[in-house]
Amino acid sequence: MNILKFFTAGSVDDGKSTLIGRLLYDTDSILADQLEALQSSNRKNDDGTIDLAILTDGLRAEREQGITIDVAYKYFQTEKRKFIIADTPGHIQYTRNMVTGASTANLAIILIDARNGVVEQTIRHSYIVSLLGIKHVVVCINKMDMVDYSETVYSAIIEKYKVLAQQLKLVDVTYIPVSALKGDNIVQNSGNMDWYEGESLLHFLEKVDTDNLDKSQLARMPVQWVIRPQTEALHDYRGYAGRVLSGTFNLNDKVTVLPSGASSTVEKIEFFDQTPDAAHAGQSVIIHLKDDVDISRGDTIVNASALPQESKLIEADLCWMDGRALDTSIMYNIQHNSKITRCKISEILHKVDINTLEKHAADEFKLNDIGRVIIKTADALAFDLYDDNRANGSAILVDTRTNLTVGALMFRAAVE
Amino acid sequence: MSTYNFDYLDELEAEAIHILREVAGQFEKPALLFSGGKDSITLVRLAEKAFRPGKFPFPLVHIDTGHNFEETITYRDQMVERIGEKLIIGSVQESIDQGKVVEQTGKNASRNALQTVTLLDTIAKYQFDACIGGARRDEEKARAKERIFSVRDEFGQWDPKRQRPELWNIYNGKIHKGENIRVFPISNWTELDVWNYIRREKIDLPSIYFSHERDCITRNGQLMAASPFLNMDDEDVVERKQVRFRTVGDMSCTAAVESDATLIDDIISEISASKISERGARMDDKVSEAAMEDRKKGGYF
Repeated sequence: MNILKFFTAGSVDDGKSTLIGRLLYDTDSILADQLEALQSSNRKNDDGTIDLAILTDGLRAEREQGITIDVAYKYFQTEKRKFIIADTPGHIQYTRNMVTGASTANLAIILIDARNGVVEQTIRHSYIVSLLGIKHVVVCINKMDMVDYSETVYSAIIEKYKVLAQQLKLVDVTYIPVSALKGDNIVQNSGNMDWYEGESLLHFLEKVDTDNLDKSQLARMPVQWVIRPQTEALHDYRGYAGRVLSGTFNLNDKVTVLPSGASSTVEKIEFFDQTPDAAHAGQSVIIHLKDDVDISRGDTIVNASALPQESKLIEADLCWMDGRALDTSIMYNIQHNSKITRCKISEILHKVDINTLEKHAADEFKLNDIGRVIIKTADALAFDLYDDNRANGSAILVDTRTNLTVGALMFRAAVE
Repeated sequence: MSTYNFDYLDELEAEAIHILREVAGQFEKPALLFSGGKDSITLVRLAEKAFRPGKFPFPLVHIDTGHNFEETITYRDQMVERIGEKLIIGSVQESIDQGKVVEQTGKNASRNALQTVTLLDTIAKYQFDACIGGARRDEEKARAKERIFSVRDEFGQWDPKRQRPELWNIYNGKIHKGENIRVFPISNWTELDVWNYIRREKIDLPSIYFSHERDCITRNGQLMAASPFLNMDDEDVVERKQVRFRTVGDMSCTAAVESDATLIDDIISEISASKISERGARMDDKVSEAAMEDRKKGGYF
């Protein structure tokens, strides 16, 4: 059994919270006391049934306003998989929350209201999915019950979405007609849409091969912590602790340590009481090297035959996440895995209108703005392009005045 | 290309180890909050996996309400002895004696809420900048929105509207003086995940997690262990019951469930079939729908 992390974007009226509530409810993931709290709440659907959206609306402000304003994580499990849902608000003012939720997901569910078809927010949500490099997309055409479960309506929407998908280079897109409110095609295949031959949403989610594990040749491990017990028995022990971001390290592999460029060989891999022959993407291990090289937190161990890019000048997509606008005259901290260094945004190349996908010149970056910039760092970063290696191609910006995380960066190119 | 088996528990474990090492790397004076419950016991195992053969880069901190199950304290002391790490105890009794908090009165009196003051005092005394806790997002819906690195202001308060975006696996641990960060390495685990992990790792637990006979009374529809810490009166009928506890907290607010589960496998089947969520057995959450959110804003774990 493995884990599927997926994210849902949707606006207030799309029925996104209802869809998630429905998945939880129909998979028996709601427990008795939660159900009791639901039933005693005075929010009900028009027909008197339980409003399942309450399950995912966590905070008091949200209950008062009846909308989702943050990222809520929900968990459920079937016999086949464990699921982690990042439930995010879909309105444009919460773009940063969507970007946050999308950053850890392997799959995205995009909701389209069957009555409205592809609208501005569909473009916005799909753009974020493409920006954050989520490979698998499920487009749920929701509220089919309100269009008489019409195949014609469904097909027309799909045709329109395919154009958008192509424009955004979304490769793996699956379409499912559903009614979250009524439960059609969520867990069970619906009897109301015999013309639909595909799977229910849950069956699809259980089966989809998301390739959780990166199988690239780009072996990368940022060093988080150096373990040196300095006891008598372990006098010379020096282990580099970290999580393998991508690729695989095998015993005797030739490696390079960046930024120093020092070369060595993997002598031993440790995982608690085990000493495996290899460390794979996703695993948190300790690596020992044959040579006595100077390594500390912030350095990255990589395989010598597939080096990352190294640059102090990087072209990146930026999503601005703070109420205070970007100031190109000041220094920020950039945090790239375990490495933190100073940086400046030296140029704004363009901003994207995420409702229309048009690019335009800009000289300011405000909350929820997304666009392309050139970033100049004090120390060179050892990175991969985001599309090649998400884990080593992303970074955050931290405002040193407030310590807030103010920007999300996806590296697109090293500037020569 | 070699293949390898990396299942959901391996993935959760690797994520938690990564988070613990980020704490070690980013903070000057971190601490691990240890309650003696299964979640913090799991954290200790994860810390062993993150830092052995080195020492933990942080002490364990127990906020002791003085109303503990005896079994928990015995367990705690044996465990600290076994792992050879430092334990710091923050005493709620001391906070009461110093007049910093006032003991609740009445039938439902509990020291649960008083812990917050002792915790904040302990953080201030030792100047901890990060406190690792065993909270999980599946426990309660306010927690479902909390970050893995969650900033508290100098009054210990959590502001759900001012949370930092947390992207990819990058954790921003930068704080101002006086603030601290609560870190939740097992945020993405469910109760069942924790139990499955404990089984897989063969981790010992305090005996109260397993079925045993105990004198109980029924309060607000829940079974409470009869103890000197519970304000009992003539209406309370003491009955001998076969019970176990799903969480380990203050004796005055942790309810028991009737159970014959004596083995971990029994517990796992029981939870899989259960229709009461774990926090449903905590009377402290029952006060209002927004109970947890309010407590967290006030500096609770």
